[in-house]
Amino acid sequence: MNKKSLAIPYLIWSALFIIVPLLLIVYFSFFQEGQFSFQSYQKFLEPYYIKALWRSVQLAFFSTVICLIVAYPLAMLLSGKEMSNKQVVLLLVILPMWMNSLLRTYAWASLLENTGVINSLLQGIGLPTIKFLYGDKAVIFGMVYNFFPFMVLPIYNALCKIDPHLVEASYDLGANKVTTFRKVILPLSMPGVVTGIVMVFMPALTTFLITRLLGGGKVMLIGNIIEEQFTRTRDLSFGSAISMILMVLVLLALTFLGKKDSLDGKGGGLF
Amino acid sequence: MIRWLKKSYIAVILLVMYAPIALLMIFSFNANRLPVWKGFTLDWYTKMFNDAGIQQAFMYTLLIALVSSLCATVIGTFAAMGIHRMRGWQKKCVLYVTYIPLLSPDIVIGISLMMLFSVIKLPFGLPTLIISHITFSIPYVILSVMPRLQQMNYNLYEAALDLGATPGYAFKKVIFPEIMPGVIAGTFIAFTLSIDDFVVSFFNKGAGVDTLPIKIYSMARKGVNPTINAISTLMFTTIIVVLVATNLKASRKAKDTNR
Repeated sequence: MNKKSLAIPYLIWSALFIIVPLLLIVYFSFFQEGQFSFQSYQKFLEPYYIKALWRSVQLAFFSTVICLIVAYPLAMLLSGKEMSNKQVVLLLVILPMWMNSLLRTYAWASLLENTGVINSLLQGIGLPTIKFLYGDKAVIFGMVYNFFPFMVLPIYNALCKIDPHLVEASYDLGANKVTTFRKVILPLSMPGVVTGIVMVFMPALTTFLITRLLGGGKVMLIGNIIEEQFTRTRDLSFGSAISMILMVLVLLALTFLGKKDSLDGKGGGLF
Repeated sequence: MIRWLKKSYIAVILLVMYAPIALLMIFSFNANRLPVWKGFTLDWYTKMFNDAGIQQAFMYTLLIALVSSLCATVIGTFAAMGIHRMRGWQKKCVLYVTYIPLLSPDIVIGISLMMLFSVIKLPFGLPTLIISHITFSIPYVILSVMPRLQQMNYNLYEAALDLGATPGYAFKKVIFPEIMPGVIAGTFIAFTLSIDDFVVSFFNKGAGVDTLPIKIYSMARKGVNPTINAISTLMFTTIIVVLVATNLKASRKAKDTNR
């Protein structure tokens, strides 16, 4: 019973529904009506698309940096000894990972709207209303809000794994808090930081949902352009070519960060 | 002073994370369409329960989640056992394939399956949704069962065989109880992923077959609608109750084994 052949149904399944579909993307990106051409890739070189790609990278980069800056201190506080109810706080930070991201994004959209809660409050105390929605800032905010737990959790795990004796040794050898952090804690927590960066940057780079709800069609990122090719313009070849470019970017980023096994805990961590 | 700073840092983060969810829930009971409190009402809930479209989407979501998480669990558990017996390049290759759905962007999984279904002319609808959900769920099941198999003592299984058990009986009595927690965790992850999924479903749904997230998306695009608040409140509370219940059970079990 405990044999390799048990994996056969899975192998057939993944060949049919993972490998073949990916090969179809490759095929469609190079062939238009049975004719081989680079046309779709050439089309991507138009300034409009290059700009969209650059903007996607920029927005994903900014939201990753903000997540990192906010999450690192939080992870340190949570992994420290002095907090009494840190298990509860940790659970509260992770909980949103299990909640629908569409609904959470919608919740912010309804708060930030021109007639939303925040603006009603501002109006109530006689202040001018602020136009939050539909722009880069709202999109970055949405990305940070959505992917923040994915940054906290791996950093927290990495910090918890650090041997406290190393930190004590560093103090014994005369290092102050800053030096200990720079020379001991930070380098040892790097694997967690890298995982966190991957887990925030990737979904932020490819989202089309957050852009649509908080950017309101004004912000066109690479995900929105792919979506458009398949739902409206129906240019399958061009859509496939952009997806190929996106996949190559993702693979490059992954090899650059050298962490293929770091995503084991994607979505998990609570159990 | 520093202690106070630390506490308020955590408080601000939690406030930003939960304020929108809390307000969403509060306004699902608001008698006003606009986010200004006008009095308590259950109108939006009655509206939600009477909306045939939402009801149908709810049933489809549940059906797809049940079928896909069960199929993914069966295929994934057997796959994990098979992969566990593999060695060398064979194992490496299969694991690489397993990582593909985890590492590729949702949108790429969605459109690649969409193209497959249109090439083989499988009509979009329930089957395409279920197949795509199984596909993105299997890796999570495999990854939650594999560690259990690695921890297991293989000699126990051989001892069962030596004592005269058939392979099937030995599997039922020895292997299965050992890997059970991993299997259950895998099913649970697959189920939640299926309920939550928007992107892959968006590209593989058929006319008239909506899941709840897709229904909400099409409603949300038209602007704020308190009925969405009511649906969200129900979905959020369900998730919180399920998670708290599972965690309590797990911690109680941990206490029992410690004793």
